[in-house]
Amino acid sequence: MKPISAKHRKDRKGISVFTQPGKRFQTESHLCLASPAKQNHHLKLHETTPSLATSKPSVLCGQSLSPPPGRLLRRDTQATHMTRNPSPEPKESTRNPTRTGMRLIVPLQGVVQGRGGLILGSLIPCALFYFLQFYLKRHRSPPSNPPSQSPSAANLSELPRSSSRANLLARGSTGRANLSARATSIAKPNDSPYYIGLDRVREDPYDEIDNPDGIIQLGLSENRLSLDLIEDWVSQNLTDLKLGVGSQALGLSGIATYQPMDGLMEFKVAMADFMTEVMGRTVSFDPSRVVLTSGATPALEILSFCLADQGNAFLVPAPYYPGFDRDIRWRTGVELIPVHCRSCDNFTLSITALEQTFNQAKKRGHKVRGILISNPSNPVGNLLNRDTLYDLLDFARERNIHIISDEIFAGSTYGNEEFVSMSEIVDAEDADKDRVHIIYGLSKDLSIPGFRVGVIYSYNENVLAASRKLTRFSSVSSLTQQILVSMLSDKRFIQEYIKTNRQRIRTMCDLFVAGLRELGVECTKSSGGLYCWVDMSRLISPYNEKGELDLWDKLLNIGKINVTPGSACHCIEPGWFRFCFTTLNEKEIPVVMERIQKVVESCKPSV
Amino acid sequence: MAIQIDQPSVSLSRVAVSDTHGEDSPYFAGWKAYDENPYHELTNPSGVIQMGLAENQVSFDLLEQYLEKHSDGATNSGRTSGFRENALFQDYHGNGKLYGTNKRGRAKFNPESIVITAGATAANELLTFILADPGDALLVPTPYYPGFDRDLRWRTGVNIVPVHCDSSNNFEITPQALESAYNEAESNNIRVRGILITNPSNPLGATIRRTILENILDFATRKNIHLVSDEIYSGSAFSSDEFVSIAEILETRNYKDSERVHIVYSLSKDLGLPGFRVGTIYSYNDRVVTTARRMSSFTLISSQTQQLLASMLSDKQFTGSYIRTNRERLRKRYELIIDGLGKAGIRCLKGNAGLFCWMDLSTLLEEPTKEQELCLWKLMLHEVKLNISPGSSCHCSEPGWFRVCFANMSEKTLEVALRRIHDFMERRKAH
Repeated sequence: MKPISAKHRKDRKGISVFTQPGKRFQTESHLCLASPAKQNHHLKLHETTPSLATSKPSVLCGQSLSPPPGRLLRRDTQATHMTRNPSPEPKESTRNPTRTGMRLIVPLQGVVQGRGGLILGSLIPCALFYFLQFYLKRHRSPPSNPPSQSPSAANLSELPRSSSRANLLARGSTGRANLSARATSIAKPNDSPYYIGLDRVREDPYDEIDNPDGIIQLGLSENRLSLDLIEDWVSQNLTDLKLGVGSQALGLSGIATYQPMDGLMEFKVAMADFMTEVMGRTVSFDPSRVVLTSGATPALEILSFCLADQGNAFLVPAPYYPGFDRDIRWRTGVELIPVHCRSCDNFTLSITALEQTFNQAKKRGHKVRGILISNPSNPVGNLLNRDTLYDLLDFARERNIHIISDEIFAGSTYGNEEFVSMSEIVDAEDADKDRVHIIYGLSKDLSIPGFRVGVIYSYNENVLAASRKLTRFSSVSSLTQQILVSMLSDKRFIQEYIKTNRQRIRTMCDLFVAGLRELGVECTKSSGGLYCWVDMSRLISPYNEKGELDLWDKLLNIGKINVTPGSACHCIEPGWFRFCFTTLNEKEIPVVMERIQKVVESCKPSV
Repeated sequence: MAIQIDQPSVSLSRVAVSDTHGEDSPYFAGWKAYDENPYHELTNPSGVIQMGLAENQVSFDLLEQYLEKHSDGATNSGRTSGFRENALFQDYHGNGKLYGTNKRGRAKFNPESIVITAGATAANELLTFILADPGDALLVPTPYYPGFDRDLRWRTGVNIVPVHCDSSNNFEITPQALESAYNEAESNNIRVRGILITNPSNPLGATIRRTILENILDFATRKNIHLVSDEIYSGSAFSSDEFVSIAEILETRNYKDSERVHIVYSLSKDLGLPGFRVGTIYSYNDRVVTTARRMSSFTLISSQTQQLLASMLSDKQFTGSYIRTNRERLRKRYELIIDGLGKAGIRCLKGNAGLFCWMDLSTLLEEPTKEQELCLWKLMLHEVKLNISPGSSCHCSEPGWFRVCFANMSEKTLEVALRRIHDFMERRKAH
């Protein structure tokens, strides 16, 4: 039943498991073997301390809420609670032990740094920490609670209280009409720095003349570099196009009345052609497989509704776009499980890590329904190469799960590396296509997010049928579709646009990276997207999420630039940031660099 | 509940394979029959006439005239300065100007409390997501718009508990009916989170009286549940003083307990622009507004469409005359169809709003059952070649009622339809 290639790979995996005996001993330990010592000791400590220190998390969160050990990594605590638990208290408690652990262990850094990193780095601090706990436990005064219980005990008392309050509301004694549980989690104030930053820019946006001290937006992946091209096209071509009013072929009744919710056929054809063009004409897209939605956000949500039930999970290579947590989890109840990628691999996805995460998730009772990749990756900006894509497909095939490939930045690639769409792989394989689904949109590559155009391109007839029906909740205005049909059908313009836009992104990227380098700040090598992935781990202190957020705060409030911290993207290593550069123009780069410099200088490098 | 449709090797979710979309009901089956054989005056004079689609085409000429005169606003041509903002504009608040203008000045609306969505369908779904959890229920008076079964239930997992209304009091919503529906839900251990009404009612084509509205609001307050008032046909009330918005009731009560009230509106019906996909939520509850605004990322509408509509709707002179003329035309249409049906010996519920009438064919049923009603519906579709919507698809508890739309066609086509009905009734009599 399984294709030969899969079998072959299975063998290979078998070997790879065999070569990593450490894995059985401790799940993440193999990573230490391959990576530079210092950082990973810290990581190691992070990963192990919660499982020791908080022996109670499963109690405090209730059985169904008990986060699996992997989710207790500091990146995840926040997100897990965001949707699942309206009460903020447990978040603190799961983090506190982590912090205590950090404070204890950081002084050991020097001891551990030398040889035998693995054993010393993980065992000694763990043992010391354990002994400390033990010591504390024994030496607390008997009448008070045992100390190991204190964080969780606080929560045990908190949790019923908050739920009983909700019940009171429901009974109506206060007369307040209450909202649904899912709404309550959404109505809470934004606590992700990603959204906080965006809000701050909205309040105090930089303007060269009107507000030179305002905040510069580097946190939104929006492309302003090529808007002039679109403007030119509009002014040249739309003057005579009266939207079909009067004698034109379609007429107002052709757009004002009810139209197919999944998009006008003309628009699907134009969109399929545009996708073919953007992906380098290596694949051709079939218009009948195109489902149009009002932006990639609903496209992704609709797909999630189709592929997974509430409580099921998708694996997502992390760092990932912070919006996924909102777009996918909010209303569908689908969980996202990060597959951690690391700086030593240039943040590329490793199939081994994917397998481990899958197996761990399975062990914890998660039903994994698919893998969600973004290619070019957001926030890192690297591309998945052909081999990895084949491996991914094999992996999905073996586990019988779906692949969602978010290729919304496919036309915004600029490096020398070749972009390979998942559709190309599927076309070449010519079998078992129905587990592959592609997300696309015009917000990034054509820089018109305001027009709200997203695409689901699926090889699965049933997914297509269901998503077409679901588009009634998020369809595109036919007026907008009509204008875009004429724009996308202008082949010469489109080719010219894609070419110029790529050049401009590349120029901007080069300038930006060079500017950072002058400040002694490095980025990952990127080939696509509207941002670079910046390593500021040297500048943070302490070396953890808190240090990262402190730096983010400095960048925002002292440097007056809004960037996205890696923790918002579930990056497992602290100190990485996403800087979007396509919202700037060239002469703003020196301004930005000056501001970054100010912050860099205020941070004493810790080493 | 889920039908196992020919499952592919890799499985899909329950949402994808369930039949909650309800598109197998006669309401949608009739559309398919129409799509296969659509009536055309010249090319297909014996085709099916679509009377199952509540679309307003009686005032297109007014819109076309307006756009002809203001094509600049439509395309941003000439001055492209606005284009840049347009292309990037993703303001979740939507363009506040869109609203308010179309609602006469009787009740005040605060632009801050408006959330724009891609159509009223999305607005209703969004509110359901916000107000109820999976397994909870909304009370909906019957007969109700067949699409609610899909829009309110499909992805949200929320149930609909029907509030049964009947012809004995012209399908008015009584406190007793509300109470018994609520009790029924409670006895089934289903938590009721709100009540959703359409005012003017779809499919009845009638507005809800002030006292009835007050009763409903009192009921919602007593039970501490939400009240969603879907008022997408409010501008299609034939006479402006016959329609009372829930907003007016709140105003007379000084907005006491207003936080449980949410209004849905759209431009699809009153302005006849369903293709533009513009719906709105107006809520008196700040938390609902905040949540809806965040959730509207799933259902935003093109800024360029918003801009065109904002400039159109802020043209007071145009909107004023549009609404007036549109009302007048709808009333004329209504009188035409009531008159024509009357001559054929068919009576309808007395209506005063909307794009349809509620037709009583119960006398033609051999026995008052749903099966008989569907038989008659099939006869109308395949023999008389009219696609009308059977009451059972609207969950009407009395068989023999049908919703007949009259605004999605020309007057000439309507006359053809009436002639067909007339001939059909003559044949029945001769039988």
